[in-house]
Amino acid sequence: MRHIISLLLENEAGALSRVSGLFSARGYNIESLTVAPTEDPTLSRMTIVTSGSDDVIEQITKQLNKLVDVVKVVDLSDGEHIEREMMLVKVRAAGKDREEMKRMTEIFRGRVIDVTDKSYTIELTGTGTKLDAFLNAIERGAILETVRTGASGIGRGDRVLKI
Amino acid sequence: MEMTTPGIAPQGAASHTEPAPHTESPHTEPPHTELSGAEITVRCLQEEGVPFVFGYPGGAILPIYDEMFKQDKVKHVLVRHEQAAVHGAEGYARVTGKVGVVMVTSGPGLTNAVTGIATAYMDSIPQVIISGQVPTHAIGQDAFQEVDTVGVTRPCVKHNFLVKDVRELAMTIKKAFYIAATGRPGPVLVDIPKDVQLSRTTFHYPASMSLRSYNPVVKGHAGQIKKAIQLLLQAKRPMFYTGGGVVLADASKELVELVRALGYPCTNTLMGLGAYPASDRQFVGMLGMHGTYEANMAMQHCDVLLAVGARFDDRVIGNPRHFDQEQRQIIHVDIDPSSISKRVKVDVPIVGDVREVLQEMIRHLGTLKERPDAAALKQWWAQIDQWKQRDCLRYDRGASIIKPQFVVEKLYEVTRGELILTSDVGQHQMWAAQFYKFEKPRRWLNSGGLGTMGVGLPYAIGAKLAMPEAQVACITGEASIQMNIQELSTAKQYRLPIKIVNLNNRYMGMVRQWQEFFHGNRYSESYMDALPDFVKLAESYGHVGMRIEKPADVEPALREAFERTNDLVFLDFITDQTENVFPMVPGGKGLSEMILV
Ligand SMILES: Cc1ncc(C[n+]2csc(CCOP(=O)(O)OP(=O)(O)O)c2C)c(N)n1
Repeated sequence: MRHIISLLLENEAGALSRVSGLFSARGYNIESLTVAPTEDPTLSRMTIVTSGSDDVIEQITKQLNKLVDVVKVVDLSDGEHIEREMMLVKVRAAGKDREEMKRMTEIFRGRVIDVTDKSYTIELTGTGTKLDAFLNAIERGAILETVRTGASGIGRGDRVLKI
Repeated sequence: MEMTTPGIAPQGAASHTEPAPHTESPHTEPPHTELSGAEITVRCLQEEGVPFVFGYPGGAILPIYDEMFKQDKVKHVLVRHEQAAVHGAEGYARVTGKVGVVMVTSGPGLTNAVTGIATAYMDSIPQVIISGQVPTHAIGQDAFQEVDTVGVTRPCVKHNFLVKDVRELAMTIKKAFYIAATGRPGPVLVDIPKDVQLSRTTFHYPASMSLRSYNPVVKGHAGQIKKAIQLLLQAKRPMFYTGGGVVLADASKELVELVRALGYPCTNTLMGLGAYPASDRQFVGMLGMHGTYEANMAMQHCDVLLAVGARFDDRVIGNPRHFDQEQRQIIHVDIDPSSISKRVKVDVPIVGDVREVLQEMIRHLGTLKERPDAAALKQWWAQIDQWKQRDCLRYDRGASIIKPQFVVEKLYEVTRGELILTSDVGQHQMWAAQFYKFEKPRRWLNSGGLGTMGVGLPYAIGAKLAMPEAQVACITGEASIQMNIQELSTAKQYRLPIKIVNLNNRYMGMVRQWQEFFHGNRYSESYMDALPDFVKLAESYGHVGMRIEKPADVEPALREAFERTNDLVFLDFITDQTENVFPMVPGGKGLSEMILV
């Protein structure tokens, strides 16, 4: 099953490689991994999307907790949560396709953030499925380049991950 | 040169530079006194009360060696290969329970140490490794003797640090000792670039510390402990299975008390030997790949299993699916949550310090009126005794060539079971584990997790330095001993009268055994050709060598060797080449699927 795991870790050199090294050393999957410092610059917040049986996920959270740099671990999939990913897509937008591309972007609540006379760069945020849906909705051949951030997650309601 | 402590030569002249002063308040210098990073490093080791550092110098760590030279509080033990430095520190840590300290230079010094570090990591041995590194401005430039130390060691340390600012050095070393010794112990490495060793700052060694990201659980959950005792009391076929965690936690006394109070059978893993006295009636021997028939059968067929400081690894329970075929309730006590339900699903997990949890269990049991089911227990013991009748460790005692098991039995008799015994890896290791009855913990030193050939002699060096009064012997094979044979020189320099018991079967015996059993007798590269004359070899290092070829000479030779209290004696026993270790659970098989004699 797919799980989305959030962690707070010390914002130290090497902390990221400890986490990614753990996943490769123990053969766990990583679908995506995002990390950036938090409002407290000594801490980083990481979101990992992974998959595995319940036993594997249990081991993953235990092994992550064991890393000395990791301050807190939660499996967001254990409760209600929100997940967002950002994507930038450069598409061919010339002639009559130009209007169509703009319309699709609006339907998906995206924004055109850069324009040339032949292309648009579109910014789109949402769950991974929504981003996939957008790519499926536009004409494949029009896609010049995509870049995705991987998912970030946060618990719903009053649940907070803090130290 | 005069000797100060037995076996330790003084480090240079301690007088020609001001030795690090030790005043009433050792934690602070007079304000404005700035020390170099190298001085700070050595001061930190002094503050930690480190008696020995095992190491080998080189360019990137010379400033620290210079400071070592100027003091004599922390003794340096010069090994002949960095791998042996790490094993030496492990040997020290394994017998004392204290943090062993290693010092190596950058690049090849560090890479040589990696095997040792991985060995310590697999067996959860507390250790701090100080490594020199190229100057910070040269890092990443492919400088001479540069290696990404933090990267190379990451998978085999509990934690590691690269210190880029001298102002963080003391705190980092403090953290390293704290992390190494607490929770599930392990090696922690501190990499110190040469410019950091030379930069100066004021020195302050923190008295204590805490880390927000690292808080090992110590106390077990009270509710779980009650549940565990309930289960144990209801058991019809109970079993105690305990591992290296009991030794590491110094919980042997508590284990014995609980096992005796309940009257249940107890088995130890290879790493756990000595935690429960081997001569005790309730001890059923070691379990696992080369465990006793009775231990493996009882493990497989018990209905309530209490696992303490053990991890159900492949060499212990064999195939986990086969193990799962029998219905049983499992209680698992361990300091490391990730060890629980890793290979085997556990019914009552208890995370905590093994000693604290056992104490709580004893206390709780004392408050109850319920006692174990005596009738069921009687039946269970009758079954176990029947399994014992199988006499699974029997061998030909009348043989005309020396049987390796016979040497271990005689070694046990001659030393009355009081040795600190180190071992290498192979058949000899298994025979030592099976035939030398360990009555106390921290007397059996071997590489159980990584299975590193070559640990035996350096372990003995570390153990003998730590316990100069104890008799220390190393049981080894002619293949293993050659992996760190150069350490005979270290043993000479520090006058360490270790006894080396070489079970010389002219084969990598354990490899030969697998080839005989599983590879159609094709002894591919396992014959040890061109062996040295070990007697002459020992003599050339300034030691005593003996070669023993007849069973009748075994005991007299051992007696003579142990009477030579000031000599390192290398006993080269020429043993039966064809002997195999039994019982054996073949890889991938279940615990009860043993090959027996
Ligand atoms: C460093 C290392 N290399 C290879 C092995 C694989 N191995 C395990 S036992 C063994 C043979 C050991 O032979 P010896 O030391 O003579 O002991 P014996 O089995 O004959 O008692 C080998 C090669 C190992 N454990 N460690």
